[in-house]
Amino acid sequence: MTGSLILRTSARLLLVTCVLLSVFILVRGHNEPGGGFIGGLIGALGVIVYALAHGRARTLRMLRADPKSMLGVGLLLALASGALPPLLGISPLLTHQWGDLVLGPVALPLGTTLLFDIGVYLTVAGFALAVVLPFAEE
Amino acid sequence: MPAAAEADLLLVLPLALPLLACALGAVLWRFPMAQRGLTLAAAFALLVAAIALLAHVAARGGPVASQMGGWPAPFGITLVADLLSAALVAAAALVYAAVAVYGCADGPTEREEQLYHPLLSGLMLGVCGAFLAGDVFNLYVWFEVMLIASFGLLAVGGGRAQLDAGVKYLALNMVATTVLLFAVALLYGMTGTLNMADLARRVPEVENRGAVAAVALLFLGAFGMKAAAFPLFYWLPASYHTATPQVGAVFAALLTKVGVYGVFRLFTLVFAGTAEWMPWVLGAVAVATMITGTLGAVAHWDVRRILAFNVIGSVGVMLVGAAVATPLAIAGAVFYVLQDVLVKANLFLVAGAIRRAGGSYALARLGGLWRREPLLGLLFLLPALSLAGLPPLAGFWGKVLLVRSGLEAEAYVIAVAVLVAGLVALYSMLRIWTEAFWKEAPEEAPLAPHRMGAAERWLMLGPAAVLALLTLSLGLWAEPLLAFALAAGEQLTAGREAYLNAVLGGAAAP
Repeated sequence: MTGSLILRTSARLLLVTCVLLSVFILVRGHNEPGGGFIGGLIGALGVIVYALAHGRARTLRMLRADPKSMLGVGLLLALASGALPPLLGISPLLTHQWGDLVLGPVALPLGTTLLFDIGVYLTVAGFALAVVLPFAEE
Repeated sequence: MPAAAEADLLLVLPLALPLLACALGAVLWRFPMAQRGLTLAAAFALLVAAIALLAHVAARGGPVASQMGGWPAPFGITLVADLLSAALVAAAALVYAAVAVYGCADGPTEREEQLYHPLLSGLMLGVCGAFLAGDVFNLYVWFEVMLIASFGLLAVGGGRAQLDAGVKYLALNMVATTVLLFAVALLYGMTGTLNMADLARRVPEVENRGAVAAVALLFLGAFGMKAAAFPLFYWLPASYHTATPQVGAVFAALLTKVGVYGVFRLFTLVFAGTAEWMPWVLGAVAVATMITGTLGAVAHWDVRRILAFNVIGSVGVMLVGAAVATPLAIAGAVFYVLQDVLVKANLFLVAGAIRRAGGSYALARLGGLWRREPLLGLLFLLPALSLAGLPPLAGFWGKVLLVRSGLEAEAYVIAVAVLVAGLVALYSMLRIWTEAFWKEAPEEAPLAPHRMGAAERWLMLGPAAVLALLTLSLGLWAEPLLAFALAAGEQLTAGREAYLNAVLGGAAAP
């Protein structure tokens, strides 16, 4: 346990803020500036501040998934977004698919690009954390 | 399967397989043995896919292109394979497979839980991507992928020396990729396109020839730094000697080749005949690289440092092809590049086995290995003599073509430099031979001589033996590869129109 009380308390707030902001930026990237890459970096930033205050072991427990696994899952999602349409026989490789997810009265427009962006988010956040967390002091 | 879909699949597989291995390896980071199996499976699958691609390109008799996502060239991402890039992908896959087998000689290591396998797959992804990229921006992106992965491979799980080398490597290579990005941006500003086939049509129409020549020099600087060409090679001897044998083998066999490939691709396709003085610049760079690289090798007494400097020397020999730029010269360079991939991987793997059997990389502490490990000595001697260009090994034929093309083009200095550099390289290799293998073991041996167990011996020496046998058979039975290299040289010079048609002409099809 390192850092002052102020740091520890604010780190928890910053973590929540950063992760929420990063998800907002991830979704906003669909039509406006933003996206998985920048979102993943912002999310990783919140976790790194948390690690500064609470140490590596507690951060890894809080994350529940190892950053390396996040990186792998993210790459798999990104790969799937390009490879699934041709594997299902819908369209050539790396072609977008669009559709509406109907939830009662709301129709949510979704596309394979969102899957790709989530994959990028996890890859970037996982890689940044896998590189930085080993340097965080216990 | 329709021809277009088959080409799509063959061009995508060399990228999809390493990417899948990278993703799965990261998920399985906790299980080193599973990651090993994954790397082995990916490497041999990539080898099969690359040979299928090579056969397809050879059967088609011309470059094969595929437009990703159905976006027509020059607007979308294009993957292109001609004989040179397909052969380089196959050679890279062979090195990947050799390293995957060699890595099984040790028990599970801590490095393998630190993303070693995903980074190796990521590096192969970048290498294959660069060879198959059809536009300069994606070429730049693949260089970035290689840079991230190779820095990780150098630094991850290593000690102070590895981190020090890794930071030097990263800092100096970042400069090169930044210069490459500037050059790409300037080229886009001048022509409004990034697709290499489209660039080949538009660059000759640019009126400001001085600007074109300046951008060409920027590309030469960036690729030259990646290829470790004179005077921008200093990052290589600062870092390569700290890598593990597997990582060193992949780096030495493939990374500089991607820079050399970039020079060949752009200076035959896009910047051919940009300025009269360009061949002179390329020739001067080639000669200076050969001489400084091989002389640097002579100055050292450590196996890996000697090999690292010889990597630089060989890059100079390859660049001769770009400088002389006749079909014969390019064929010679293609031949030399392909055999050098095998030779460099072989030498670095053997260096690892020397370390294992003799306990050190320092020549002063080694000795008597010929008596104890004659097979190891033979596996060192074959690639070492091929590196120097002695018959009947593969390096000899590459140098014959290059020297002959230099004499035909009346570039006598270049021809003599190739021969002199070969002699100096031979001297540096024979020094390893006499010190590590021939002389008596020194009294104060660093470790008790290590007897390699049977499984360890075959996992370490087996891949090296396959590479050495290939080098020998390509030398004794050179005719098929010579014919192949001449065809590849023809494609890069007279066959430019076929490349443009494969990329741009096929655009209307999907």
